[in-house]
Amino acid sequence: MTLPRRILLAVSAPLLAFVAAALVTSVVLLGSGDSPAEFWQVVLTVPDGRQLVDIVNYGAILYLSGLAAAIGFRMNLFNIGVEGQYRVATFAGALFAGQSLLPGYLNTAASVVVAMAAGAAWAGIAAVLRATRGVSEVISTIMLNAIALSVVAYLLRKVGSREGQVIVTDEIQRSSWVPSIRLVPGESTELYGLALLAVVAGVGFAVLLNRTRFGFELRATGQSETAAVASGVDVKRMVVVSMLLSGAVAGLIGMPELFGASHSYGSTIQTGIGFTGIAVALLGRNHPVGIAVGALIFAYLAQQAIPLGILADISPEVIAVTQGVVVLSVVIAYEVVRRYRLRLEQAQVAQELRRQGREGQEVPA
Amino acid sequence: MSAVLTEPPGAPPAEHRRLSRGARLWAYALAVLLALSAARVFAGADDLTSPGTLRAAITAAIPIALAGLGGLWSERAGIVNIGLEGMMILGTLGAGYYAYYQGVWVGLAGAMLFGAIGGVLHALATVVFAVDHIVSGVAVNIIAAGVAAFLAEVFFADLDGGGPTQSPSLERPPSITVPGISDAAADVADRGWFLVSDLAAVVNALTEDLSVFTVLAVAVIVGTGWLLWHTAFGLRLRSCGESPSSAETLGVNVYRYKFLAVTMSGVLAGFAGCYLALVASSGYQNGQTGGRGYIGLAAMIFGNWRPGGLLTGSLLFGFTEGARLRSGGESVHALLLLVALGLLVLAVWQVCRGRRAAALASAVISAAAMWWYVSTEEIPGDFTVMTPYVTTLLVLALASQRLRMPAADGQRYRRGEAG
Repeated sequence: MTLPRRILLAVSAPLLAFVAAALVTSVVLLGSGDSPAEFWQVVLTVPDGRQLVDIVNYGAILYLSGLAAAIGFRMNLFNIGVEGQYRVATFAGALFAGQSLLPGYLNTAASVVVAMAAGAAWAGIAAVLRATRGVSEVISTIMLNAIALSVVAYLLRKVGSREGQVIVTDEIQRSSWVPSIRLVPGESTELYGLALLAVVAGVGFAVLLNRTRFGFELRATGQSETAAVASGVDVKRMVVVSMLLSGAVAGLIGMPELFGASHSYGSTIQTGIGFTGIAVALLGRNHPVGIAVGALIFAYLAQQAIPLGILADISPEVIAVTQGVVVLSVVIAYEVVRRYRLRLEQAQVAQELRRQGREGQEVPA
Repeated sequence: MSAVLTEPPGAPPAEHRRLSRGARLWAYALAVLLALSAARVFAGADDLTSPGTLRAAITAAIPIALAGLGGLWSERAGIVNIGLEGMMILGTLGAGYYAYYQGVWVGLAGAMLFGAIGGVLHALATVVFAVDHIVSGVAVNIIAAGVAAFLAEVFFADLDGGGPTQSPSLERPPSITVPGISDAAADVADRGWFLVSDLAAVVNALTEDLSVFTVLAVAVIVGTGWLLWHTAFGLRLRSCGESPSSAETLGVNVYRYKFLAVTMSGVLAGFAGCYLALVASSGYQNGQTGGRGYIGLAAMIFGNWRPGGLLTGSLLFGFTEGARLRSGGESVHALLLLVALGLLVLAVWQVCRGRRAAALASAVISAAAMWWYVSTEEIPGDFTVMTPYVTTLLVLALASQRLRMPAADGQRYRRGEAG
C-alpha cells in the first residue's frame, strides 16, 4: 500500500466518527427545535486564553482517567471502576495531606503515594475477586463504584467539618500546595502544577507498554489469552497487577485539583470523570498519544458547551450526546476501516499471486 | 430458512424432575421466610417482613428483574449487554414523555420504543459491526444518559410541575386489590405471630394494591422462560449464544437472531425504566435508574442465566432495598444477623466438603457481620444505601464458580468465519 493511502486510511476512521457525531447531534438539535447552526457557531468559536487553560487543565485530568482505564483495556480487562477508585483515592490523599504529618512538598509527595495506594487497594478488591473467585470485573467494579460513594460519604461525615452547604476535610497546609504554571501570558487562570503528572504518567505508560516484559505480556494477554498462557504468562497475576496499576493511576486523577485549587476534599467533588475517562480511552484506542488527543477533544467539547445555554439557549447537556456518539462511531469506524484495509490487502495479494501465476505459466511454455 | 430442530431428548424424565424441583423451590421459599421471621422476632425488627416492606421489596425487585431479563435475552444470544443501564434510562424518559400526554399504556409502549432504540444501537454496533460488546455497551450508556438529560430539559422544562431534570407528577398504572383477603391478611400480619404473620404479610403484599405492571412483568418473565426453553425459536436463539457457527451450519440466520435478541433486550430494559418512572416513583427524574441496569445484570449472573434464577436474585436485591427504604437502620441491622448466621452455616457446610480456605473466608466474614451486629444498634444511612451493592458482590463472590454462562457469550461472531 502506498504511503498516502495508508495515511488516508489512518485518519479516515476518526474523521468518519466526527462527521457521524456532528450529524447525529445536529439531528437531535433539529428534533428538539433548537438551531444546529447556533450550536456549531458557539462550539466552534476559537477559545480565548482562559478557556484554553481550562481545556488543558481538564484535559490533563481526563488524560489520567483515560490512562487508568486503558491499562486494563489493553489486556481486555474492563475496569469500569475508575470513578470509585478516583473518589476513594482523592479522599484518602486529601485526608492524609490535611494531617500535615510531613513538612512541605514531602507531604505532597507522600499524599500522592497514599492516594495511589488507596486507588490501587480499591481496584485490588475487584482484582482479587476476579483472580480467586472468577467474578467478572465489569460487575464488581460497578458495584464498588456505588460502594465507594457511600463509604466516602460516611467517612467524610465522620472526619470532615461543615463549611456552609458542604462537608470538607481539613485544609492542606500552605507549604504543600503546588504552585500553578502560567500558560497564557497575562491570564489569571493557570495550569495546575500537578497537571504535569499526566505527562509523567503518559510517558511511563508508553515505556511500560513498549519497553518492558510486563508491557509485552499485557499486550499479548489482550490479543490472545490462550497464546499468552501457552508462552508462560501467568494470567491471574497479570490481572491483579494491571488492575492495581490501573487503580493507582486512577488515584492520580484528583491530585492536580486537590493541590492546585481545592486544597481539601469536599462533598462537591466532580463526578463522572471516571466514566468520561473510559470514553476517552476508547476514543484514543488505548494508545498513550491517542488518549491525549481524545482527552483534549473531550475537554474542548466540555468547555465550549458551557456558554451554550446563555449564547444559544441550548442545554449544554447536548454535548454529552456528541461525546457519546463520537465514542461509539469511532469504534465502529475503526472496525469498518480495518475490514476495508483487510479486503484491500487480500485483493493486493490475490493480484500479486495471479501475476506470479501467469508468469509461472509463461516460463515453461 | 429451513426449520432444523430437534426435540430436547428425555422429555418424560424432565417432567418428573420439574415436579420435584417445584417442591424444592417451595421448600426454599419457606426456609427463607422462616429465617426472616426468626430474625424479625429475635432482633425485634417488626418492619422486616411487614406488608409495607414486602410491597417496597416487590416494587424494587421488578425493575431489576426486567433489566436482568433484558440481559438474559441478549446474553443467551451471545451478546453481553452492559448498555442495559442506558436503555433503562431511555425507558424512563420515554415513559415520562408519553405517559404525560397519552396515559400509562402509551407510556409503556413509548418506554419500550425508546429502550428498543438503545437496543438497536447496541445491536448495530455488536452484531453488524462486531465491535467489542463492553465497549459498545459503555458508549450506549454515555449516549443514553446524555440524550435523556438533554431531552428531559426540552420535554419537561416548561411544563406545569415539571423542570429541567424531572417530569410533572404522572398518573399511576391501575392496581389490583382483592377485597376480603387483603384486609384479613393485613390484620393477621399486624399481630406479630411467628411465621404466620409473615406469611400473611406475603399474602397481603400480593393482594393489596398490586400494580398491573407487576403482574405484566411476572407474565413476561414466565413467558420468556417458556419461549426460550420450550420453543424452536428459543432453541435457535440460545444456540446463537452457545455455538453460533454450529447454528449457522444448521441454517439459523445468526445475525437476525442476535439482532432480534438485543433489540428485545432493549424493549425489556425500557419496560424496566417505565416501571421505575411510573410505579416505583411518580414521574421521570434524571439519574432515576441509579445503576439498577447493572444490578439487573448481576441478578442475571446470580441466577445462572435463567429466568427463575434471575427472579430470585432480583427479589434478594429488591428485599434489601425494600428493607432499607422502610425502616432502614433497624431492618438492615436485623439482616446483618441473618447474613452472619447464613455464612456460618455455609462455613460448616464447606468444612464438611473439605474446602478449608473457602470455609475460613466465610467464617471470617460471618464473624465480622456478627461483631457488627452485636456492637451496634442501627446501621448508619450511608451503609444501608450500599446494601444491594455489597449483597451483589458477596453473592457473586460466593456463587460465581458454580455458574455457567452461554459458551459463546461476549465473543465476536462473523458469518462464515467458523474454523
